Amino acid sequence: MTTLETTPSQTVGPFFALPDGLPWPDGPDVVPDGTPGAVVISGRLLDGAGDPVPDALIETWQASPGGRFAHPDDPRGAVDEGFRGFGRCATDPEGAFWFRTVKPGPLPTPDGRVEAPHLDVTVLARGLLQRLVTRLYFPDEPVANAADPVLSSVEDPAARESLIARATGGGLRFDIHLQGDHETAFFAI
Amino acid sequence: MTAEISRLVLPTYRRDDASHPPLDFAGYTSTALRAPTRPLRPLPQWLTEITGPVLGRDRVGALDHDLTRQHDGEPLGERIVVSGRILDANGRPVPDTLVEVWQANASGRYAHAVDRHDAPLDPNFSGVGRTVTDADGDYRFVTIKPGSYPWRNHDNAWRPAHIHFSLFGTAFTQRLVTQMYFPGDPLFAQDPIYNAIRDERARERMVSRFDLDSTVPEWALSYRFDIVLRGPDATPFEEDHA
Repeated sequence: MTTLETTPSQTVGPFFALPDGLPWPDGPDVVPDGTPGAVVISGRLLDGAGDPVPDALIETWQASPGGRFAHPDDPRGAVDEGFRGFGRCATDPEGAFWFRTVKPGPLPTPDGRVEAPHLDVTVLARGLLQRLVTRLYFPDEPVANAADPVLSSVEDPAARESLIARATGGGLRFDIHLQGDHETAFFAI
Repeated sequence: MTAEISRLVLPTYRRDDASHPPLDFAGYTSTALRAPTRPLRPLPQWLTEITGPVLGRDRVGALDHDLTRQHDGEPLGERIVVSGRILDANGRPVPDTLVEVWQANASGRYAHAVDRHDAPLDPNFSGVGRTVTDADGDYRFVTIKPGSYPWRNHDNAWRPAHIHFSLFGTAFTQRLVTQMYFPGDPLFAQDPIYNAIRDERARERMVSRFDLDSTVPEWALSYRFDIVLRGPDATPFEEDHA
């Protein structure tokens, strides 16, 4: 088998949000407004000084509520439920971002366990030479979260808590701290 | 759960850490307050990671690949063709995948409110393009050569001319944002973003190749830029049936 070396990662820089650039008008709408069961996830991206990061791009990827992907590499079979599964939102001057989505279903793992409902999250920004990866879990899934192999692998309680969104008035809150006492748990994949 | 699901077999996308920059790189001052300080934790590559958004032609308008035809007039600058192939690390083309680009104009100015560089904007140049690779993984843009521009990273800091690229591949593990440079740029040596990649051969993979063969006579010079995303190891299933 051919093995090629990969093209290096570079920072997304401060200018990706050109008019008609990477932030799509419907980017935060993983599901359209009015979708039954839709939840709005909002948060802020903060740097090591606690200041907002106003020039970042946050992306999410997730399974459907049925725990399926419309994707040819899912060995259970691609199921097209018309679900985009992908969200993209640029941070605003306050470092704020939001998504409207539905909670994904749990997922089987190759070793026979079950992953709790989660979103994979990418953070791209000026000052980040590679994308950062974290996960978002749901606060109303305490049993599934306790059994989740990835959450369980994070031994530091504060780091584990950084991966679970908080329930707020009518939605979910998920702040991402790049550094500091509340530094979010980030993953290498 | 069916027996089939209990035997879920997934590919693993090989890491290639030597080709990629560290998150904390002192020469690039913006990393100081933004690069995480704690070690990254390993994330298994399971169903969410080996799948990814399938974003295709419904995202791309008819003229999105031609940054010189998006306005009433033509932009100023040197018209160029930028084309190449998106491959995975196994050498397999990645077809039908979204390629997004953005860049400064010929004067080195982005059409972005945050860009305060004292250089003229061009009303005929937005600097944004997108396309989808064809069945062979090939893409092609028409644009103008971006200018270099100063930034405040260090004294007399200038970015080499570059075009930003954003790629998805087919799996979450393959997501890549990079920059394409032009051959022989005298600004490479002082640029910390370029030099954050410690391996010289890896750095050179970000430099496009001038290609006389695909130059369009009397119209535009041409640069080739192939991009390699992470590739999957053969799954046991494939090996069993090879």
